[in-house]
Amino acid sequence: MLGPFADPKAVETLNHQMGTDRPVLVQYADWMSGFLTGDMGQSYAYRSPVAPFLGTALLNSSKLAAVAFILVVPLGIFGGVIAALYRGRPTDRILSVVGISATVVPEFVSGIVLILIFGVWLRWFPISATWSANAGFWNQLYHLILPSVPLVLILFGYIARMARAGMIEALDADYTRTAVLKGLTYPQVIWRHVLRNALLPTISVIATQTVYLIGGLVVIEILFHYQGIGSLIYIAAKKKDFPMLQAGVMAIGALFAVATLLADLLYARLNPRIRFGGRE
Amino acid sequence: MTDALTFENLGVAYRVKGRSQQVLYGIDLQIARGEAYGLVGESGCGKSTAAFAAVRYLPRNGLVTNGRILIDGQDIHQLAAPDLRKLRQYSVSMVYQDPGRSLNPSLPVGRQVSEVFELAGVPRAEWPTRVAEILAKVQISDPALVMQRYPHQLSGGMQQRVAIAMAVASNPTLLVLDEPTTGLDATVEAEVLDLIQHLRRELSTAILFISHNLAVIARMCDRVGVLYAGRLVEEARTDEIFRTPRHPYTAGLLNCLPQAGRSKDKALLATIPGFLPGPGAQITGCVFAPRCALADCLCQTRDPAFVRAGDRATKCHYPERVADMNRAVAAPVLVAAGQGSRRILQISDLAKSFGNGLQRQRVLRDVGFDLRAGETLGLVGESGSGKTTLARCILGLLQPDPGSRIQFDDQPLAGTTAARSRDQVKSIQIVFQNPDSALNRAHSVHRMLSRTIGLLIGLRGAAREARIRALIRAVRLTDRHLTALPRQLSGGLKQRVAIARAFASDPQILICDEPTSALDVSVQAAILNLLAELQATKQVSYILISHDLGVVRYLSDRIAVMYLGQVLEIGPAEAVFSGPHHPYTAALLSSVPSIDGGNNDRVRLTGALPSTANLPNGCVFHTRCPRMMPGLCDQTAPPQITLHADHVLACHLPPDQLSTTARQPLPDGTGPNLADSPVYG
Repeated sequence: MLGPFADPKAVETLNHQMGTDRPVLVQYADWMSGFLTGDMGQSYAYRSPVAPFLGTALLNSSKLAAVAFILVVPLGIFGGVIAALYRGRPTDRILSVVGISATVVPEFVSGIVLILIFGVWLRWFPISATWSANAGFWNQLYHLILPSVPLVLILFGYIARMARAGMIEALDADYTRTAVLKGLTYPQVIWRHVLRNALLPTISVIATQTVYLIGGLVVIEILFHYQGIGSLIYIAAKKKDFPMLQAGVMAIGALFAVATLLADLLYARLNPRIRFGGRE
Repeated sequence: MTDALTFENLGVAYRVKGRSQQVLYGIDLQIARGEAYGLVGESGCGKSTAAFAAVRYLPRNGLVTNGRILIDGQDIHQLAAPDLRKLRQYSVSMVYQDPGRSLNPSLPVGRQVSEVFELAGVPRAEWPTRVAEILAKVQISDPALVMQRYPHQLSGGMQQRVAIAMAVASNPTLLVLDEPTTGLDATVEAEVLDLIQHLRRELSTAILFISHNLAVIARMCDRVGVLYAGRLVEEARTDEIFRTPRHPYTAGLLNCLPQAGRSKDKALLATIPGFLPGPGAQITGCVFAPRCALADCLCQTRDPAFVRAGDRATKCHYPERVADMNRAVAAPVLVAAGQGSRRILQISDLAKSFGNGLQRQRVLRDVGFDLRAGETLGLVGESGSGKTTLARCILGLLQPDPGSRIQFDDQPLAGTTAARSRDQVKSIQIVFQNPDSALNRAHSVHRMLSRTIGLLIGLRGAAREARIRALIRAVRLTDRHLTALPRQLSGGLKQRVAIARAFASDPQILICDEPTSALDVSVQAAILNLLAELQATKQVSYILISHDLGVVRYLSDRIAVMYLGQVLEIGPAEAVFSGPHHPYTAALLSSVPSIDGGNNDRVRLTGALPSTANLPNGCVFHTRCPRMMPGLCDQTAPPQITLHADHVLACHLPPDQLSTTARQPLPDGTGPNLADSPVYG
């Protein structure tokens, strides 16, 4: 911060100012109590409070995550359900192969390919996700489509596989047999008896992936010049801006906990076996 | 009038790995309207395939290769999808095993039942009343409440009632019942069977009843067909087939059952040697010939036809000789196990509870009994009575509550295996119910035995090898089985390996927890014979847990009857069975169907087993006891009545008012006469 040839006196003064001469545990407790009360400390790099930076980054990341989420969840579930209904047939094979192939392509590869095709060559979408200051909702959405596609590609195969497995289990279950032998039509059997039981396990998977959508996007955000939490952490790490880094990681951790909790609550809401406890 | 169900020369095959394996061969049968037809046979004989073929719901790889299936005169394979749905809506229903899984876990049961009325075009406003009506019909006492429940909130018996309600709601011509009571407790099974009988009289529905349990079939059906390796080998009226079987396989099945009047110290059980041929096997001659005592050259070269004579039919060259087959088992009478007075295990004040405060489950209370050297003590009771918990406490897998006392060979036995000496651990071993999950799938038979011997006896090298070979021969396996993995062995062979493992350390006490309930009757007979022989030669004491009273009666010297964690009655096997006995014992005994079919004087238990977290005051059984005396039984705990030196029970009734079994036990030594001997299947 003061450069390699700084005066030891000055270093000592700065250490004292920043509190870094105190024991690690004390520093940790101090930071922790600050964080809990909303004071996330001062950024070393910008010499200003961390909180506003973090707030903006989280908001931006949530927008990107929301777009990706809204695209991938229905697609993934739909793909999985269709694959299960056509189990063993070409439709199933194609969906499985496409899903897995898309999952294993890293986002920096698919991102670059997408930028080249749709941004540089076809010029359908902007190559940077950052919109101008007064952009409205549709304009912001327009900017977010291209960066969310690599995320959709990665998650589609995963969600589709879970949905497919859940569907197949439910299709083979005795209660589905009961429903068919009652004389229900095929759509009635699927909608009333199969889907609800099939998609329960998928919900918890989706919830944990939501956090990845918000916190794990370093590459995408850098690639598309997007000011999200991923690029915030990346830049903070590069500049050794520890308070910023700590706050970013902490925020992602908190998000993870909240998302998992929400998923569990949703799961319990949809599953009568948990809602009403055991046998009476 | 057309028959309810007709199979015309029905053949069914499964495609497995691109090859077609025939599982049903030319089955011909008719079920008249209102008739109950039973299909029996051991596992793998094609019973369930026949049931699913009848409702056109074969597995994805199943295929009808030849013949026709007619329901109400309609060929069900000619029907287009909408007509097939109509058929299922109005003419045929099915109920199967494991009711917990046959109901949708995420819909209230009322909604599931109402779908039947929805399909029948009943206006939505009438659904609740119609559902309540049909639930009341299957004897659910509080339909309005049950309708709103989810399946997991109901007991197994209630779940099966709901499934039955759903099946009969449309008043179908044909009801297919595939093992509807398998897996339910004896008392619950009896209730469900009663219900089916009752509904049959009321609805005049024809029934195809599939079961491995001969006694259940005998109780429920008018006619019986016996399936063997995918072929119908005999068909006759129920009373005739069990009295005078005309096919050696039927006769063999009947002889395998542990019957009243047979016990281990009198004779071995009959077995059917050999194995069921695998699916798709090419066989010339009679399919049963390799296992048949009557088989000769003709049987091995020419397949007998399925010949009808009057209302009977059999697929045997020599049906008239079956009657001469030796019913009384030609087996050496075993040396009765030395029932000395030495007490090998003494248990007193044994208690076990789980949880704390209001949630405290008192699973065992005040359990006390002795086990003598070389005897078998049978433990019976409904599920939830604490049998398995008791076994785990004795084994040291569960730590009993403080104050409990278990003494082994006059030495106090610590609560956990870790605190016991190696000799004590060696001396108490167990054989589990399901050999599939009890044996390590990745270990060969040799490795399993060698590890046990190494760990418990510490033998090495040649001594260990010699011991392994001795063990394997003791359980009637051969050296070539040593290299086999569990999945390469049949259920019966796996259970032999489990028994060999248990005997590896020369135990003095062996706990057998439902040792044969996962096995077919012919295999069960062989395992029971083996256990009896090993006991006679090695002087081991058995604690036998089983819900099958026939098995308990065959193997046990004494029987303890448990209810809600307490021993209600304990005494010599014959005394407990013939009575005078505890009202609960009477109810248990009479809930078991018997082959003679007559079972009208049943003691019926009402209500469900109370929770162990909230035990009834006074006598624990008073809430369900048909002879409850208000003011006494619900207030004070019953006294211990000693009937004989060895026969003790806890009841307020004076001894002369305790019930006895209506059917007289057979005098010793006479050949069993199937017409009037109770058979507990």
